[in-house]
Amino acid sequence: MSASFINFGINAVYFITAAVFIIGLKQMSSPVTAHRGIVWAGIAMVVASLATFGAPQISLEVSSINLQLMIVAIVAGSTVAYISAKRVAMTDMPQMIAMYNGMGGGAAAAIAAVELVKLSSGAESHGLTIQILAVLGAVIGAVSFSGSAVAFAKLQGIMKKTLRLPLHQVINIGLFVAVCVFGYFVATGEPVVFEHVMIFFALAIVLGVMVTLPIGGADMPVVISLFNALTGLAVAFEGFVLNNAAMIIAGTVVGSSGTLLTQLMAKAMNRPISNVLFSSFGSDGGAAAEEEIEGSMKEIQANDAAIMMAYGQKVIIVPGYGMAVAQAQHKLKEMGDLLEARGIDVKYAIHPVAGRMPGHMNVLLAEAGVDYDNILDLEEINPEFPTADVALVIGANDVVNPVARTNPDSPIYGMPILDADHAHNVIVIKRGKGAGFSGIENHLFYADNAQMLYGDGKKAVAELIAGIKQL
Amino acid sequence: MIEGLPALYIFMLSAFTGYEVISRVPVILHTPLMSGSNFVHGIVLVGAMIVMGSAEGALELTIGFIAVAMAAGNAVGGYVATVRMLEMFQTKPRVSAKDAGGASS
Repeated sequence: MSASFINFGINAVYFITAAVFIIGLKQMSSPVTAHRGIVWAGIAMVVASLATFGAPQISLEVSSINLQLMIVAIVAGSTVAYISAKRVAMTDMPQMIAMYNGMGGGAAAAIAAVELVKLSSGAESHGLTIQILAVLGAVIGAVSFSGSAVAFAKLQGIMKKTLRLPLHQVINIGLFVAVCVFGYFVATGEPVVFEHVMIFFALAIVLGVMVTLPIGGADMPVVISLFNALTGLAVAFEGFVLNNAAMIIAGTVVGSSGTLLTQLMAKAMNRPISNVLFSSFGSDGGAAAEEEIEGSMKEIQANDAAIMMAYGQKVIIVPGYGMAVAQAQHKLKEMGDLLEARGIDVKYAIHPVAGRMPGHMNVLLAEAGVDYDNILDLEEINPEFPTADVALVIGANDVVNPVARTNPDSPIYGMPILDADHAHNVIVIKRGKGAGFSGIENHLFYADNAQMLYGDGKKAVAELIAGIKQL
Repeated sequence: MIEGLPALYIFMLSAFTGYEVISRVPVILHTPLMSGSNFVHGIVLVGAMIVMGSAEGALELTIGFIAVAMAAGNAVGGYVATVRMLEMFQTKPRVSAKDAGGASS
């Protein structure tokens, strides 16, 4: 009687948790209510976790080794994540999200691992459907885990090169087939063979690494978003295994919303998700299909650039990943304020995939205190470029490359770009003369109306500020 | 017990809910939102706890321990990262937050 009452109570908490999560996500869709949304979701998470201590599977005996270790695990995991999340610089946020996401995927896979190991040691099966779902969640979770780890390593700079083995796709297909075979053995095994389970997990983890290795840094936002959706799905599947409504609903909601977000991003880059996953950026064709470039790069000094902007009427700033690396957003805001004080119309143009995540630039500019009414996205700002006196490109490259409009052979052909080349003058702040992240030459830099201001983003903007102040 | 057709219904309705909820999010909030949804699947912690609670033997206990630690990291890290990002949007003076639609003026 009392046991079923407790069970009912816990399930009620899970039900409310799922509802609050959805409301919280909804509130996160508006800047005004976003903060409230995450706080609500946070409270729901804490309540759900505390309620779980009352679950029949968990012994509350203080002497229970399971309980003791569980508390150690919660404290350890929370502490590490809390400190790292507090300390990390805003520019490094994308890889941290990748890491936390990978942990979630790993947790889902580990849940499946425990369930399958139990089956291999003779526990009673809950039926074929449940076993299949456990295996599906395990594959997806394990791939998301190891794939996110690779994404983290790449963005953090631990792993610099995009590694591509000979016959990489063939190896991947082979791996995938092997995972499917062992997944089938495990899902249908009566009883499940322990060695099969271990081989299955090892293969799934290697598959995640192999799939992510050849993907270039420019495609990482899409990949992180995809892994986020996958983790959600894995959590939902393990939710079915554990018969846990909160996991099913929250996981599925994240799975579908993450898929939509991934599609939006891939669309912004004009690269179908299959292309992102199965062909690497600029590795083939990119350099080879390069056509002759007319004109030459012209250098400009900071003082001249400052005059050009200060006596204009409208300046559009185009930030990219280089701005994030140089941490130039605060200086940029300072410069924008100076220009606005002179009565100049200052706008910020954000490409959907500028930086390493959608909205990455928005977050950084918001951190610097730029009013978000002045931050415009692609469709809004493109008609304004022809009326702009100066387009200041800082640390952006592929997202302003006109070959995306003109050269059908280019790997980025068809990607919507910011029409910075339509401004009267273009000033490009760039560290060196090399090609961008994707390795594709940027024709904008050679255009007649474009001039290059070489140097570290932050220092260059500081020089511009000094130049404007002198006027 | 949730199984069979009702389970499919839950799956389908949740999927549509996720799709609808996110489709009205401005680009400016995409990163915080991805981080927020990353936090939401931290609910895997609940499952990890249940599995670890019933784990028997050193191997199951070890895997369960890893599951709980990683899930807790997912939840806490996801929360702190999201809050840090959203706080930046909050501290700004909301001069004309309402007419974001007419921002081209």
